[in-house]
Amino acid sequence: MKRLTIAAAAAAFAWMGFAGAAHAEWPERAVTIIVPWSAGGGTDATARAVAAELQKRLGQPFNVVNRTGGGGLVGHITIANAPNDGYTLGVITIETTMYAAQGIPGAEPENFTLIGRFNADPIAVNVRADAPYSTVAELIDAVKANPGAIKASGANTGGLSHLAWAGLLNQLDVDPSASPWIASAGSAPAMQQLAADAIQVVATSPAEARALVEAGEAKTLALLSGERSPVYPDLPTTDEIFSIKWSPLPFRGLAGPADLPAETTATLAAQLKEITEDPEFNKFMDGRGFSVAYQNSADFTKTVSDSRTGLVESMKVLGLAK
Amino acid sequence: MTIDAFIGALGIVFQPAVLIAILGGALYGLFIGAIPGLTATMATALLVPLTFYMDPIPAIAIIVSTTAMAITAGDIPGALMRIPGTPASAAYVEESYSMTLKGRAETALSIGIFFSAIGGLVGALVLMISGPILARIALKFSSFEFFWLALLGLMTSALVSAKDPARGFISLLLGILISTVGLDVTSGQPRFTFGSIELMGGISFIPTMIGMFALAEVLRGFSSSASFPPAFNTARIRPFRGMGKLLMRYPLSLLRGASLGTAIGALPGVGGDVSAWIAYGVSRRFSRTPEKFGTGHEEGLIEATSSNNAGLSAAWIPALVFGIPGDAVTAIAVGVLFMKGLNPGPRLFLENPTMPMAIIMTFFVANLLLFPLGWLAIKGSRHILAVPRNLIVPVILICCILGSFAINNTMFGVGIMLIAGIVGYILESNGFPIAPVILGLVLGPILERNFIMSMQIADGNLLGFFERPIAAGLGIVVCSVALVPLLSRVIRHLPISTRSEK
Repeated sequence: MKRLTIAAAAAAFAWMGFAGAAHAEWPERAVTIIVPWSAGGGTDATARAVAAELQKRLGQPFNVVNRTGGGGLVGHITIANAPNDGYTLGVITIETTMYAAQGIPGAEPENFTLIGRFNADPIAVNVRADAPYSTVAELIDAVKANPGAIKASGANTGGLSHLAWAGLLNQLDVDPSASPWIASAGSAPAMQQLAADAIQVVATSPAEARALVEAGEAKTLALLSGERSPVYPDLPTTDEIFSIKWSPLPFRGLAGPADLPAETTATLAAQLKEITEDPEFNKFMDGRGFSVAYQNSADFTKTVSDSRTGLVESMKVLGLAK
Repeated sequence: MTIDAFIGALGIVFQPAVLIAILGGALYGLFIGAIPGLTATMATALLVPLTFYMDPIPAIAIIVSTTAMAITAGDIPGALMRIPGTPASAAYVEESYSMTLKGRAETALSIGIFFSAIGGLVGALVLMISGPILARIALKFSSFEFFWLALLGLMTSALVSAKDPARGFISLLLGILISTVGLDVTSGQPRFTFGSIELMGGISFIPTMIGMFALAEVLRGFSSSASFPPAFNTARIRPFRGMGKLLMRYPLSLLRGASLGTAIGALPGVGGDVSAWIAYGVSRRFSRTPEKFGTGHEEGLIEATSSNNAGLSAAWIPALVFGIPGDAVTAIAVGVLFMKGLNPGPRLFLENPTMPMAIIMTFFVANLLLFPLGWLAIKGSRHILAVPRNLIVPVILICCILGSFAINNTMFGVGIMLIAGIVGYILESNGFPIAPVILGLVLGPILERNFIMSMQIADGNLLGFFERPIAAGLGIVVCSVALVPLLSRVIRHLPISTRSEK
């Protein structure tokens, strides 16, 4: 009996010792990762891959929770409003730079601790495979020649895809209303509309257009980017074709609420860097057509602030800002 | 599909790893589906990290069998406690629950599982034989066609609630009104949000559905007009008894349900939720005994539940052939396929036909597995009805709270569920049916989004809805379904003299 008591006491001490040691190190319990977009989409898929790697490396569960709605707004605000103890993190997207200009506060870059970027894929211009234009220049000429006839889609009105397409037209001195925007719930329904021959252009990332491109139903004409993508080296960019500067680059990055503890941010940033160098992770991203584009906290913060300046300016020109 | 591919696929599927994955997925799906509020989508999303460590075919097999079982098991709480497991089973939950109230819970459960499995097998067969052709047709559907389809779905509410069509229509409008809450997809304007961030995301139908059906039932249990399901009257229950006889009596219902489910399920974005409603409505429309519907009649139940599972298999058609997911489950599965280097698309069928064949074959195995596992589930469910009422009510309440919390991990969902429960109770005690509210909530956004998309494409010209051939065909069907009963009534009331002049 006595021996049993001693054993129990020893076990209790061991457990307390373990708990005490663990207390110094984040994470000592499960971490929640909030994804503001629906399960199955690109943000969700990449976030789950990052979460699985973090779980493997840090030894605690990293649970992905989809908090969707309101064009990503609900999830982003949930991340920003979470307690800043490091146990609620999230994956944020470029829409955080646009909400404030649309008149909705609470999910601006300042509301987050930006830990690091892991992916950035430019928007591409996609058309039907049997479309009469084989280059983006011919497409733009067709828009000019026949205002209102070429309908484009890819996201909600005022979403990034819309801004990217309207901004391109604006850069080329074409009135954006010459190619009316059809509001859709995302790139998948827009691609369906394209395949059904109801619309003519879809502005979305090449990864999201890929299945239909490979099926011979659609073709990708060009990337809206400053430089060619390593994943799609043959795709020309609109910057090189038209000698303009217009690259609304959507990003996916790990973030937490503002003022996360510095050690937590440092641990996460170091792990994220290692993950983006991991061959398994790269194989996964490559397999789905996502590029791996790591940026540390400082660079990521600068990228976010730069794209915010550019996007808000374009939103004002296009009448999409309040 | 060649014989070689078929034999190759057999070799891939009938391996211990794949069969264990299917069995494991089915048991897990049974568990998730039987708990109200936990959905097949959630079950699949939770599986994704596990699939990282699996080979491609077992990874897909576990998703397939989990969803098939979860959707089928969703009928169990519906029949026993009036908590629909999925929006699809909300279409016929009244029917199966009234069967339980009559002491025929065993039959209700048996129909749910037996005909689900057969519907699933039919869907898998169609997927195997004509997957690529069907996918090509599905790809021709644009917002114009989806609009008509959504409208057709809404019109079935009149058939679902034929006891009092006017009240049914009001319920439907209420559901559509609730569906407008949130940021509108076209302009991003907040509607009915009163400054609440949570409301900007809209009111999701899972907590609403749980509240309106289950909580309202609990509330009614406290009122004087309460009616409780009787316990199973036999100690020895025999699942699937009499199913063969039902199959002989209603072969057409099964066939119609399964083919409707396959056709509608193959359309990306509409999927199985709508097909169960349309199947139930069609069944009533063509039944020889429509007056029996809603009182615990087998016919509609057979048709709707078989269409449900057929649609589940068919949702994989556009996903496998074009990489366009039909619902959230296939969206996750498409992600897993990409991750495993099996990029969905016609090339998958041409270059590596054994792989898609093996995937389709897992559907057969998973649906066949429904028979033994369903048998066990029915055996076990006897104990649920044997539990005294004062114990089962708290359990139902916990299920309600758990399910509505789990959908987004917020207390907001629980609040929605509580309000919906009270509203549902008031509606029902005044003779307003609940099913049309859920139908409006599910289809409202689809209808609105596709209407606005279509109007933008057609530059505001309403005739655009008749310009595309399939859209025109669907439009004529919808208009005639709406107008024919009206016209026939007008003609019947015309004086005989004017009729003969025509």
